[in-house]
Amino acid sequence: MSPYFAVIKRDLLLSYRQGADLVMVLAFFLIASALFPLAVGPDPVILGRIASGIIWVLALLSVMLSLDRIFHNDYDDGALEQMEISPQSFYLIILAKIIAHWITTGIPLIILSPIIAIMLNLDNDAFITMILSLAIGTPILSLIGAIGAALSLGARRAGLLVAMLVLPLYIQILIFAISAIDASINNFPVRPHLLFLAAILAAALPLAPLAAAASIRQAFE
Amino acid sequence: MVIIDHRPIVKLRNYEVKKLGVNSDMHKFANPTRFMKIANAIFPYISIACIVSLVVGIYYAIFNSPPDYQQGDSVRIMYIHVPAAYIAVMIYMVIASASASSLIWKHPLSDIVARSSAPIGAAFTFLCLITGALWGKPMWGTWWVWDARLTSMLILFFLYMGYMVLLNAFDDPQRGVKPAAILALVGVVNIPIIKFSVDWWNTLHQPASLFKMDGPSVSPQMLLPLLIMIVAFTLFYMTLLIIRMRGEFAAAKIRSLYISGALK
Repeated sequence: MSPYFAVIKRDLLLSYRQGADLVMVLAFFLIASALFPLAVGPDPVILGRIASGIIWVLALLSVMLSLDRIFHNDYDDGALEQMEISPQSFYLIILAKIIAHWITTGIPLIILSPIIAIMLNLDNDAFITMILSLAIGTPILSLIGAIGAALSLGARRAGLLVAMLVLPLYIQILIFAISAIDASINNFPVRPHLLFLAAILAAALPLAPLAAAASIRQAFE
Repeated sequence: MVIIDHRPIVKLRNYEVKKLGVNSDMHKFANPTRFMKIANAIFPYISIACIVSLVVGIYYAIFNSPPDYQQGDSVRIMYIHVPAAYIAVMIYMVIASASASSLIWKHPLSDIVARSSAPIGAAFTFLCLITGALWGKPMWGTWWVWDARLTSMLILFFLYMGYMVLLNAFDDPQRGVKPAAILALVGVVNIPIIKFSVDWWNTLHQPASLFKMDGPSVSPQMLLPLLIMIVAFTLFYMTLLIIRMRGEFAAAKIRSLYISGALK
């Protein structure tokens, strides 16, 4: 297990030392959310109704924009290839890189989301559900996003390509997360929606690193 | 002194392949030349059967089937809409199984099947969405609703788009084959969601009435033209697939001629 933690530590250290990347993703999350009150008008009732949607769509986009951090730099400088030919399980290394990505992207988004929720006048009852849905949902975004990032290694215009590959797969997560938040606003049971999200997480956790590892391996051929 | 190896390059014969325990029946058809020979032989029959069943099916659908007691004549859109939806999902499954066999056994043929099927599948998905919109306007009063089945069909369309973009996203045309195959397999998760969306969620789209455990709930007079149209669409797909595969083989031949310098 120690190489696994070593990879997490290395990726966390890298993103700490290249701090601008992390800050840019969070700044995008904040700035883009500030566009909505200007675009649809500052009416608190309308903003409150669409707040959960704005937060989740922006979380999707922020994670998507940060996906090139997972593999691209290591692919370009050859570190990823060294990890692949090392005797350690490549599957676990990929999983470690995905977890490091979630720690540097998902957790800051979760911490930042209540601020945006207050600014957009989200219903007070929905705060806990929103944070829960992000806590279960953002790891899935990192897991599925890693497949997209791995598939696009070495492609032309990889950034746009990742969007085309990953966003269709993100739609289901968005649907369940939003229906959970809407349920808590309307005083319906929240549990089934969150359990659906958790089920997707339970399926993606073992399967996504497998697909990502397979796509990285073929990129080296 | 230079030692020259005079042994011939090892080439496995059919019985040797059998001795190695390789499933030779499957590999027989995985040979592109042999496959195209068979495909070209059955091509006239398939295309003629396709035209005949399309004509008969459209005749039944338009002139010789009863209007619905609620929907009137607009129910006839069903005879295009349902087969298009069915074939769109089926082609995705063909692509996914071809991708799996290409990743596992590295059949050169399955790559070509998957690559040639994708635009056909995307076109049928688009046809299904368009006919659905045309049907939705008189029946539901709107072109589009964000209901589960419509949304999941739209996702299928996006998956087809992503598949085709990824296939052609690399400078080396062969480089995109494997990533696209992996993407096709990942996208399979959407298929059960399409199938069961109308049962899981309460939606505007009507529940399944054709492929059910206790038999179809469509009246026999409507069922017959619908089944003929499904057969016709399947034959149409096979016809197009053979034409597109011929094109792929011709393109590969032209490429190799360019590389060898025979063409300039």
